[in-house]
Amino acid sequence: MRRRDSIKTITLGAIGASYFLNGCYGVTQEKIKRSLTRYQYGRTPQEKLYDDQLFNQDFFTDDELITLDKLCNLILPPNENGSIKEAEVVQLIEFMAKDIPSYQKPLRDGINWINKESALNFNLRFTDIPEDSQKKILDKIAYYDPNKDMNDLPDEVQWFNLLRNLTVTGYFTSQVGIKELGYKGNSPNVWDGVPQEVLDDHGLSYDEEWLSKFVDQSKRLDVAKWDEHGNLIS
Amino acid sequence: MEIKKNTKQYDVIIVGSGAGGGMATKVLSEAGLTVAVVESGPYYDPANPEQMTQLKWAWESPRRGAGTTRPFGDFDQAYGGWDIDGEPYTQKDDTNFRWFRSRMLGGRTNHWGRISLRFGPNDFKKKSIDGLGEDWPITYDDLKPYYDQVDKLIGVFGTKENLYNDPDGFFLPPPKPRLHELYYVNAARKANIKVIPSRLSVVTKRINNDRGVCFYCNGCSRSCNVYADFSSGSCLIFPAQNAGGQIDLFVNSMVRTVETNSEGKATGVSYINKDDGIEYKLRGKVVVLAASACSSARILLNSKSKQHPNGLGNSSDLVGKYLHDSTGGDMMAFLPQLTNRKTYNEDGVGGMHVYSPWWLDNKSLDFPRGYHIEVWGGMGAPTYGTGFNVNHFNKFFGLKAGGYGDILRSDMKKYYGSTIGFSGRGESVAMKSNYCEIDPNKVDKYGVPVLRFNYNWTDYEIKQAKHMQDTFEEIIHNMGGQPLLNKPGIESNYGLTKPGEIIHEVGTTRMGNNPKESVVDKFERMHDVDNVFVVDAGPFVSQADKNPTWTIMALAWRASDHIVSEFKKQNFQ
Repeated sequence: MRRRDSIKTITLGAIGASYFLNGCYGVTQEKIKRSLTRYQYGRTPQEKLYDDQLFNQDFFTDDELITLDKLCNLILPPNENGSIKEAEVVQLIEFMAKDIPSYQKPLRDGINWINKESALNFNLRFTDIPEDSQKKILDKIAYYDPNKDMNDLPDEVQWFNLLRNLTVTGYFTSQVGIKELGYKGNSPNVWDGVPQEVLDDHGLSYDEEWLSKFVDQSKRLDVAKWDEHGNLIS
Repeated sequence: MEIKKNTKQYDVIIVGSGAGGGMATKVLSEAGLTVAVVESGPYYDPANPEQMTQLKWAWESPRRGAGTTRPFGDFDQAYGGWDIDGEPYTQKDDTNFRWFRSRMLGGRTNHWGRISLRFGPNDFKKKSIDGLGEDWPITYDDLKPYYDQVDKLIGVFGTKENLYNDPDGFFLPPPKPRLHELYYVNAARKANIKVIPSRLSVVTKRINNDRGVCFYCNGCSRSCNVYADFSSGSCLIFPAQNAGGQIDLFVNSMVRTVETNSEGKATGVSYINKDDGIEYKLRGKVVVLAASACSSARILLNSKSKQHPNGLGNSSDLVGKYLHDSTGGDMMAFLPQLTNRKTYNEDGVGGMHVYSPWWLDNKSLDFPRGYHIEVWGGMGAPTYGTGFNVNHFNKFFGLKAGGYGDILRSDMKKYYGSTIGFSGRGESVAMKSNYCEIDPNKVDKYGVPVLRFNYNWTDYEIKQAKHMQDTFEEIIHNMGGQPLLNKPGIESNYGLTKPGEIIHEVGTTRMGNNPKESVVDKFERMHDVDNVFVVDAGPFVSQADKNPTWTIMALAWRASDHIVSEFKKQNFQ
């Protein structure tokens, strides 16, 4: 608690109120609230009730959301394919903090840490310093040695890793992100094997012996018939 | 407590609507019998848009499909899981059995892996082969005609391979392997491991005019809205209803006990209607339990009476004993050849296109039973968790990981679809000391005494799990891959899954000819009560290195034929 209090003092001293009134990143609890009817994904009545409960709770404060929004945009800056805003990444993080409550403390502690770090170095809260200064802070926590156990690394490194995970998964599970990634499935089609040029690239081929066994997609709609020995004859 | 009685007497009451209950419903109703199906969960139809998850995208869920409410993710079609609110189970001592339940019409057939392997001749006589466990009272030849019928009715793709203990059936043609599966074929063969096309109950070629044909969305765990995969509702219960079967469906109805008369014969069931909390009774000439191995055992053990003081049909004291699940072991690898892939739609069916049936002889190994290998990987649909540790594989190139900015976009594309994984699913040895029983101190929210489990793996399973890990390591080496995570050692039983986690629990009402050594006879009829049958996986004497569903259905069909012939002989009043 003491740490939180001291950060509160620092942040209150460092910001101007007009910033919040403008809400320049456009993400607030009010805007995040959305009606459940948007999500139609085959829920049972109990599951709907649970989702509804989460939607009716707030976890992050509006200034925390603004900080998250800035951080997510630094992790994945917008490009011609899409943006954090289009992918609704901050909305996802707010939801997941309620859906998986163990995220709450590390996420909030991390936001406090970065504001404190910003105040110590630049005398302003994180969202109020220029981007190159923001990146100077990130550079200290964003990289890690993948041969080390993440749990052994400093809290702020672990926090940024969590935030990067949530940001990248949020973006690449969104409509714009999946399109950018190039995933082409989840739609009716007829699978007839790996494209020939891909097989060639990998120096692979289908066994001659196997080829005759695979489904002949030109006859997939003919009703299956067998002889008495189980040989397909249609 | 208020108890409501239904005056109608059914020919048969079927408890549960999964693979066994669905098959019994179809066969018995088609024979003209009146049938009540009592299901603990809600009505479910994969084609109902209100319930459908097939073809949904991650972004259509506020948690992008994460597994918070459903253990296999938002789009998986199992209402339930290992933990269900208000329906607990307990453990004896420090054992940890994990009991998966799916409360819905069709039960676990709505989400299962569709791996449809008939048992082979050796699988019915393991005691004769290795001296462990018990032989079945039936042989492969007894069950073969039913396996054949199931193949033709439900549809399963596969290839004729002439393998003695992995018998061929009436197969639909299989789909071609995906890219990572071709890597597997080559690497496994180098290790002298046989690889054949998978055998999954997915309709790759039209099987009848009531069901659609697979359109390769990879969504079989979401249950198919054109009924191109096997679910008990879509392939057994709905067709039986449409054929004019006299079937009354009782959903949200949790059976508490089988009711008996002064002669000890079953007269029906009592159940709790979850909607109004009231207990009801149904009358029937025959009761068919198909609630799943552990649920059926629980109902029997809770059905105590003067004539059956130890629980219904439990004079042998074996109800709940010999509980066993498949073993599981997994390993995952990074394949550098699969970085920066060309993307194309490689969804295929919902499961692997190739697999390895057990390829060795246990006589030359230090563990008695085999396992098969399942393969997974590729460019799957992104859901919550995709992109976590986005460039962690940098470690294989001596680079730092993490960072921020545009590099993460290119790293994401670089590593997308670059992993492959292997799952061993093996046979454990059925032990009398592994069991479920009634916990005398706990009831669920409906007031019904709950199950308590006692289950420990033995050296047989632990040594098998070690063999799995060594095998996977060799395969990964052969394909030039990098194993992910450290190879598990003895301290974690070589990565052996917890019992119950593979969701193949069987054996709690095992079949046999000797009423002292078994609970049901070779037609799945209880030795002690001649009008009660068990047609789920409870009667399995041993779980092979195969998945149980196809055998549940073949046995249930055979038992149902027997019930029909007994009705014809007027043996049920």
